[in-house]
Amino acid sequence: MTPDTLFSGVRILGSGIDLRGDLLVRDGLIADFGPSIGRPGDATLIEAEDAILCPGLIDMRAALGEPGFEYRETIGSAALAAAAGGITTLACLPDTRPAIDDPALIRLLRARGEETGSLTILPYGAVTRGCRGEELAEIGLLREAGAVAFTDGCRAIASARLMRLALSYASGFGARIVQHPEEPSLAEGGVATEGEQATRLGLSGIPAAAEAIMVARDIGLAELTGGAVHFAHVSTGEALALIRSAKAAGLAVTCDTAPPYFDLNETSIGDFRTYAKLSPPLRKEHDRKAVIAALADGTIDAIASDHQPRDADDKRLPFALASAGGSGLATLLGITLAHVHNGSIPLAAAIDLLTIRPAALLGIQAGRIAKGAVADLCLFDPDRIWKVEAGKLPGKAQNTPFDGRALEGVVLGTWKHGKRVFG
Amino acid sequence: MFYRQKHLLAIEGLEPPAIGQLLDLADSYVLLNRSGKTQRDLLRGRTLINLFFEDSTRTRTSFELAGKRLGADVINMSVSTSSVSKGETLIDTAATLNAMHCDLLVVRHDQSGAPHLLAQIVDAAVINAGDGTHEHPTQALLDALTIKRRKGRIAGLIVAICGDIAHSRVARSNIHLLTTMGCQVRVVGPPTLMPAGIADLGVTVFHDMAAGLDGADVVMMLRLQRERMSKGQVPSAREYFRFYGLDAGKLAAAKPDAIVMHPGPMNRGVEIDSTVADDPIRSVIKEQVEMGVAVRMAVLDVLSRDHRRNDS
Repeated sequence: MTPDTLFSGVRILGSGIDLRGDLLVRDGLIADFGPSIGRPGDATLIEAEDAILCPGLIDMRAALGEPGFEYRETIGSAALAAAAGGITTLACLPDTRPAIDDPALIRLLRARGEETGSLTILPYGAVTRGCRGEELAEIGLLREAGAVAFTDGCRAIASARLMRLALSYASGFGARIVQHPEEPSLAEGGVATEGEQATRLGLSGIPAAAEAIMVARDIGLAELTGGAVHFAHVSTGEALALIRSAKAAGLAVTCDTAPPYFDLNETSIGDFRTYAKLSPPLRKEHDRKAVIAALADGTIDAIASDHQPRDADDKRLPFALASAGGSGLATLLGITLAHVHNGSIPLAAAIDLLTIRPAALLGIQAGRIAKGAVADLCLFDPDRIWKVEAGKLPGKAQNTPFDGRALEGVVLGTWKHGKRVFG
Repeated sequence: MFYRQKHLLAIEGLEPPAIGQLLDLADSYVLLNRSGKTQRDLLRGRTLINLFFEDSTRTRTSFELAGKRLGADVINMSVSTSSVSKGETLIDTAATLNAMHCDLLVVRHDQSGAPHLLAQIVDAAVINAGDGTHEHPTQALLDALTIKRRKGRIAGLIVAICGDIAHSRVARSNIHLLTTMGCQVRVVGPPTLMPAGIADLGVTVFHDMAAGLDGADVVMMLRLQRERMSKGQVPSAREYFRFYGLDAGKLAAAKPDAIVMHPGPMNRGVEIDSTVADDPIRSVIKEQVEMGVAVRMAVLDVLSRDHRRNDS
């Protein structure tokens, strides 16, 4: 039996609660919280006056190296990085080797998450067999086995007919389809956002419109089918404007973004910096600002890490040959807080984008501060400074696009089911 | 001494005095080469490696000749004979070359940025001999030297660069060099071969040859690769020649004393007509080749100065 834990004199924040006081964890659950609560004498006392206690972060989009890419990341190393980043629940992408298109693999990943003791792993199921974009996977059986939603990961579902079928069929199981919004024939061969920067560097461009065109198509298909579509890592103002109007029209359309798209722009690729090669590619400054605005006005439903582990051999190549993707578990909170500190996003809204809102999208009971709720918690000092350094990050994947970035906001501790798993 | 960089990776970012220094020095090498004198002691004991991951006859030969005229030991490595084809990475190749204590590394690669990656690892001074669709700095320098010797100046000239701008490293290096040195640069070609945001590099965009060549002092043609037709960016070679191929009729829009340039190798009848290419007065294509050796001698000279100073 885990002893009780008492957080004393902290700011408790999340899911509509914002107060200074104490929070008691007993038997893995939040037993009580408030400005002054009863203090059992034998509880482990955590005093952190300037710290904020919020629900453990829920990362709705991360690639794990398993199965098939263990040289990049293992579930063990991802769990370490997640705990260090305050993340207690993570939805993992199915475009692995093999792809997660079989119920047994869903069960395996969920069990592997439980084995870590620190991280709940919620697998996405593949929309199509092998994520090849040809025929539907067994969406019903995958759902039954515990697939939290469906996506082909970093591959866009290219065929409009197949996307229509997927949205329509999945709606029968109440499941959401998560799209990588990029029209593949426009993006083919491209490695950076089309425009002056790509032209100067002699890199093939992907027009920003490749995102909006796919978003427009899929909004139309969501309307046609009544299915629920979610757009992952949205990065352009045009796409966000389309999503905003679709939401206003009452369609089942949602989206997330990731820290690179509101913190960096295309200039980060500088002189061929492959760690800043991402998919979708980093955009122009006006798009970055549009993402910030959409975070502030609620158009964006969640911030996900979009963690894509890569090793040095994947990245130490000429830019066009290097693999796209950045690690993001350890920096999810810090980069988000940077935009709280600069006044772009209110703190409470930022925490909700990392906790209760992705929980709602994934349909799970997590990400909230409530009596009786599971004590998945993150304690952080919002003002303490640190510097992101590739090579010194927790976990295996060191391919951060934020290398050298100074941040304010350090995770002091992470608790999973009431047990301290970091700090 | 205005050129202060260790490598020559790109023209972009070079200041006019650095470019001027390289051109003046190259000019003196033209005279030396023509006089038949040599300077075989300048790079004596230095090793120059020509590392070519892409086929090239004239650029590799030009660097080889430049190195030998200055007394360097020149080694040619091409991709077909090296272990790169066996799966060795660019990084491994670089480490191997480093162990051989090469002083000057000339690199051509089909990937933009490959020389930058090598420059991070090797001790040698790296010279970009063309990387993907990014830059080809020595080509721009030899073009500028050709222009300067023919026109007596560079600043104030109107230069029209014509053809496949999107896939041309020659175009990019020339745009950077010529705008830096005060030319009015125009780019002329079909919209499908015009890269996005090119006007932000300080050039004016034309899709019509007559308008683009109007009053030009220099007409620079680019090679059109057959691949552009197969990928559908241009419907056919004959259509391309009809609208964008340089013939006497289209050249008439330029100034009467305008010169015609081409980095080679030419596709006669696709981007340039033979009567123009071989015109003894207007075409300076052969002269460009001669300037190439002189420019590369100047680059090797300047990039090895620090080493030579340390040794003496």
